Amino acid sequence: MQVTITVNNRSITRDVEARTLLVDFIRGELALTGTHVGCDTSQCGACTVLVDGKSIKSCTMLAVEADGHEVSTIESLEKNGELHPMQAAFRECHGLQCGFCTPGMVMSTVDLLQNNANPSEPEIREWLEGNICRCTGYHNIVKAVQHCASGTKGA
Amino acid sequence: MGSIGQPLKRKEDHRFLTGRGKYTDDIVRPNQAYAYFVRSPYAHAKINGIDKAEAEKADGVVAIFTGADLEGIGGVPCGWQIHNKDGTPMAEPPHPALCTDKALFVGDEVAIVIAETKAQAKAAAQLVMVDYEPLPAVSSIKAAIAEGAPLVHADAANNRCFDWHLGEKDPVDAAFAKADHVVEMDVVNNRLVPNAMEPRSAICEYDPSSDMTTLWTTSQNPHLIRLLLGAFVLQIPEHKLRVIAPDVGGGFGSKIYLYAEETVVTWAARKLARPVKWTAERTESFQADAHGRDQIGHARLALDKDGNFLGLHIKNKANMGAYLSTFAPAVPTYLHGTLFAGVYKTPAIYVEVEAVFTNTAPVDAYRGAGRPEATYQLERLVDKAAAQLGMDKIELRRKNMIPKEAFPYQTPVALQYDTGDFIACLDLGLKSADWDGFEARREEAKKRGKLRGIGISTYLEACGIAPSALVGQLGARAGLYESATIRVHPTGSVTVFTGTHSHGQGHETAFAQIVADHFGVDFEAVDIQHGDTSQTAFGMGTYGSRSLAVGGSAIVKAADKVVAKGKKIAAHLLEASEADIEFEDGKFTVKGTDRSKTFGEVALTAYVPHNYPIEEVEPGLEETAFYDPKNFTYPGGCHICELEVDPETGMIEVCNITVADDVGRVINPMIVEGQIHGGVAQGVGQALYEGCIYDDDGQLLTGSYMNYTMPRAADLPMMTVGNHVTPCTHNPVGAKGVGEVGSIGVTPAVINAVVDALSPLGVKDIEMPATPQRVWAAIRAAQG
Ligand code: FES
Ligand code: FES
Repeated sequence: MQVTITVNNRSITRDVEARTLLVDFIRGELALTGTHVGCDTSQCGACTVLVDGKSIKSCTMLAVEADGHEVSTIESLEKNGELHPMQAAFRECHGLQCGFCTPGMVMSTVDLLQNNANPSEPEIREWLEGNICRCTGYHNIVKAVQHCASGTKGA
Repeated sequence: MGSIGQPLKRKEDHRFLTGRGKYTDDIVRPNQAYAYFVRSPYAHAKINGIDKAEAEKADGVVAIFTGADLEGIGGVPCGWQIHNKDGTPMAEPPHPALCTDKALFVGDEVAIVIAETKAQAKAAAQLVMVDYEPLPAVSSIKAAIAEGAPLVHADAANNRCFDWHLGEKDPVDAAFAKADHVVEMDVVNNRLVPNAMEPRSAICEYDPSSDMTTLWTTSQNPHLIRLLLGAFVLQIPEHKLRVIAPDVGGGFGSKIYLYAEETVVTWAARKLARPVKWTAERTESFQADAHGRDQIGHARLALDKDGNFLGLHIKNKANMGAYLSTFAPAVPTYLHGTLFAGVYKTPAIYVEVEAVFTNTAPVDAYRGAGRPEATYQLERLVDKAAAQLGMDKIELRRKNMIPKEAFPYQTPVALQYDTGDFIACLDLGLKSADWDGFEARREEAKKRGKLRGIGISTYLEACGIAPSALVGQLGARAGLYESATIRVHPTGSVTVFTGTHSHGQGHETAFAQIVADHFGVDFEAVDIQHGDTSQTAFGMGTYGSRSLAVGGSAIVKAADKVVAKGKKIAAHLLEASEADIEFEDGKFTVKGTDRSKTFGEVALTAYVPHNYPIEEVEPGLEETAFYDPKNFTYPGGCHICELEVDPETGMIEVCNITVADDVGRVINPMIVEGQIHGGVAQGVGQALYEGCIYDDDGQLLTGSYMNYTMPRAADLPMMTVGNHVTPCTHNPVGAKGVGEVGSIGVTPAVINAVVDALSPLGVKDIEMPATPQRVWAAIRAAQG
């Protein structure tokens, strides 16, 4: 089946098998390997991307479902050599260790702050329900989100 | 000036944050094929035959191999040999890389299907017809040791792997004979699945023209994989086998071992002369990654009337799973039995451990490896002793602690602690947790209908593994030194090659801090390379919290050699005697003068040796050092957990975790805290959430994130991490190691807190994980 998906502001038309998952399309077809696969039951969130601006687990969506939509992956966040404020906050607060969950964490929390510019600690933890990190104990991830929120306040 | 001790931001973060990390599954080789494994659906079955005809005809299939095809290659080896009480060696049954006549656990590798695409490989795998004849299985320690239990391996009678002991029995018997009090308890250390977020993966490529095999794999120790795979299994000489562990998404022990999958992938890639790639699905990780913990035991503590510990007797049983994984026999023995002195001056200790085979996945080291199990047993026992004797649990600990004047301290279980200050850590922990103010918080919670509890654990662990000669005597089939090469470039920037491997620990940053300070160069001028056997001299890798203490010490040693050579060059340039040259803050200076040469000038001279002592000194500035530790290192401290139980539902909310640790000298406090946070999360996971369960037939009931509870963000509180440093006395970094303290120290503190919360109702113990259902049931049972 032919699909046309705008990925990171680039319109891409490809033939895909109907069963192709969006994450496999992103990683395999487009070689955007920043989006990761950590599970086979849609629970770890390592594969989180934005579809039309909203965070989605790309292992839970078929590539054909993304036809005609806009997808943003972790590779799109840095602009002109400047980290996105959420990326910068993760670095500042040591919100990552092995880095495997990180792209998903960042994409997910970018979406969180779009919805709630100043989330409380429980709101952040609640939002991250679908993202598993085995390295950080979440402490510094929560701090990174708080840090980013405080920096973007009023901006 | 000086970057050591500064919370410098990590060098590795930029690539991870922008999606440019390179993990094994991200690697694509030209013309690569994909592998999928056919795995046993039975815990124990005879394989009467395998029909692959249908599967071979499926779309895209390149090849299918079974155990019969692998004839002639070695089995997956075990790297540690334990001896029984009677001096005979442990049972060590073979572990064929693919099953031959029997499958021994659910997930055991039966065949590999290689196809053009992953989907095709997976589809064809369904068509491989295996004629299984199910056999009775043993899926737990208790089942394995039951009278008449089915045997996992015909040549391991009673399913016994070994029957080991440590310490002396007679003094312990004497201690119990004169004791005023005896406290005893049964303890279960629940089975865990490590669950690094990156599933295991391997891609191998063979180049027939150079006869070179390259394996990219998710490994914590690529040199060890090269040695085991090359020398012991596939007979590939080291110079023709290159193992690369690129970015690795967490390990926690599970990526130390040589597994069947990368072994078969390597063999197949060579056979087909075509790159072959395999990446585990999470279900496969649950089935076939080495699991952790899984011990049951009985502990008895003898005390005098004042609460002084007189003797300790431990009788444990450990599950090895179906095959012996690389380090498995070391975990319940030398990484475990040696820990039972803990922070206490118990004069007599005797430890007995029986290890058994079961029809379950292999069990090996998982973050902490043997030490969390011992610490949990000991710290639960101490709490129970306090309750039984009616003593304050802090005072009981304090009075039995090894005082700081007693170092070096020889324990009755082999270890000699070099340094520490347990009482200082205890006091720091109590203060930052506001232990004294707890009763008011308990009362306040009560008004809200909640049962609030507080728990403590004071602990020590042995890591920084390990002195090679010593571990050789204890059964290790390898040395445990580390290597480093420092290459100073002509203009003074530096590349360091370390034999350790970073899979989240931030070596690229912390090691660069050490080198930058050592040479007085900018932190940005130092790069750390790791993970490629073709780059680094050798290396034993990263586990046992060894990277900084052992690998960092190798780096310091190599740096010292660079400075020593630099002094010779500087002496020549400055027309002074070598003995008069001092090196400080990046400058070689003639003692007592202002005549000096910078580090960069000396480096340039080494590479442009026009004016050079060429008779005595070779050009170039590159040094390699191997460091073999003199002793283990002994981090430790005090962990405190405060939590609330909802008596109606059994739900637990962890309110706060306080850590007061001594991990020795700290290079980067930000990274150190992060390591503790992560370890604590895994320790809380063991206490409250995680448990790997096989049913009686050996079916894995917790085979995905649907039914294995991983700690999530909402399950954990913010943590308070404090530090009381006593530098390690026997390595040049002064570091003790921080990778595992979190998962070792916190687990008993959490369960002690649960029991404390429930004790007003009469609950005395609870099994891990303390799930709401278990807590609710315990409350109901206690209330009659
Ligand atoms: S890979 Fe998508 S949720 Fe785990
Ligand atoms: S940083 Fe490793 S899983 Fe989150």
